[in-house]
Order: sequence, then C-alpha cells, then structure tokens
Amino acid sequence: MNVAFYISAVIAILATLAAISRREAIHALVYFVVSLLAAAVAFLVLGAPFAAALEVITYVGAIMVMFLFVIMTLVPDTRTNGDQPRVKGRSWLVPLLLTFVLIGDIVYVAAMGTAFSVSGVEVSPRQVGQTLFGPYTLAVEMASMLLLAGLVGAYHLGRHRSRK
Amino acid sequence: MATVPMAHGLLFAGLLFVLGVLGLLVRRNVVFVLLSLEIMLNAAGLAFIVAGARWGQADGQVMFILILAAAAAELAVGLALVLRFRRHFKSLDPGAASTMRG
Repeated sequence: MNVAFYISAVIAILATLAAISRREAIHALVYFVVSLLAAAVAFLVLGAPFAAALEVITYVGAIMVMFLFVIMTLVPDTRTNGDQPRVKGRSWLVPLLLTFVLIGDIVYVAAMGTAFSVSGVEVSPRQVGQTLFGPYTLAVEMASMLLLAGLVGAYHLGRHRSRK
Repeated sequence: MATVPMAHGLLFAGLLFVLGVLGLLVRRNVVFVLLSLEIMLNAAGLAFIVAGARWGQADGQVMFILILAAAAAELAVGLALVLRFRRHFKSLDPGAASTMRG
C-alpha cells in the first residue's frame, strides 16, 4: 500500500518540475493539473478522502479552469479559422501517460480496499464537517469574508475603465 | 497494516514547496509567478493533510479547506491583476513594472 503513495508522490514532483520549466503557460497548466491529481491520490492514500475530492472538484475543476480562461485571453494569436485540423506536436503525450499511471494507482488503491494513512486511520467527511462547523465556525466565517473580499477585488480590478 | 512514515509525507510536501519557490525565483512571467504561488499553497495544504493524518484528527483537513479558500481568493485577485498588468504594460515580464528608481 505504501507503493501507491510513493508513485503518486513521484508523479506529483515530476509534473511540478515540468510545470515550472515549460515555455508555454498552457502546457505548464496541464502539468500542474496532473500534479494536483497526483496530490489528490496521495490524500486518498493518506486517509483523507474528503480533501482528495475537494482537491479534484475545487482546485482542478474550478480554480485551474479560472486560470485556463485567463491564459486563453493572454494568448496573442487566437485568430483561427474554425477548428485546427490537429494538435501540433506531442506535448499532450507525457501528461496523458502520467495520468494513466495515476489511474492505475487509484485502481490499485480501490482494489486493496481499506484506507491507509500515516497513523492507519481514515478521517471521514463526517468528522471533518463536525470539526469544521464545531470549533472552527469562526474560521469558516473568516473564509467567507475572504472570498467576498476576493470577489469584490477581482471585480474592481477586472472591469474596464470607461472614462479616461 | 502498512503505513506511510510521516517524514516521507513531509519530505514530499517540502519538495513541492521548494519547487514552487524555485519557479517563483527563476521564471520571469507573471503567469508562472502565480502558478508557483499555487504550487506552494498546495504543498502547504499537503503538509497539513500529512500532519492531520498522523494524529488521525480532522483538523488537518479543515486547515486544507481554509487554504483552498485562500488560494481561490488569491488567484481571483491575482489573475485580475495579471490582466490589468498586461493591459497597462503590454508585457508579462514582472520587471516591466519596476518603474521606481532608487
């Protein structure tokens, strides 16, 4: 079972290394998504299934997609006449390969059944929810205020200056 | 029941954090600076998960959720700043913004 953790760790580190060394921002983003998925598998192995799900849904599904939108608006030549016939180069091959290794890893974890972790116990989503809305209620309120501040700040910075 | 040593989990988080710092120092592109910040935040969350798993408590995952909220707010403002930066300086090089001399 240890093996699953080390495989995901190696994949995360390799993908992060590739992410910070790519020339194209979009390639770097794809590698970082692979790194986050590997981290999610590591969370699962470490007995934190709720954090693993949040990593995939929130980090990869929401935050990285927001990043993707901005990178797409930053690309200088977006003028294409319809769909391009094919993707140039083989830049998609290595992330795909790493993702397939991750899928194999997670199938192995699922086949082994029980949760494993540093201390050998799994922290269930129920426990996380009870802690989050028990002793940490104030922190949840602070996080909501932080998100509101982020929303207002992003709106203020992102709008076009009409009068100039 | 096989378990992962805590030191290995923290080493993993530390390596990811170091890679984030490396990207922050090496890259001269504001998009990669933001990406490196995300790498470092994720590494910090990973360290919390490892620590929470060590004692079998939910606090680690709670802190991870709070880090997730912080990362989302930070990236929303950061990306708006990147768009603003690009419109103002016609460049993505953070050095373009160093207009203060002294």
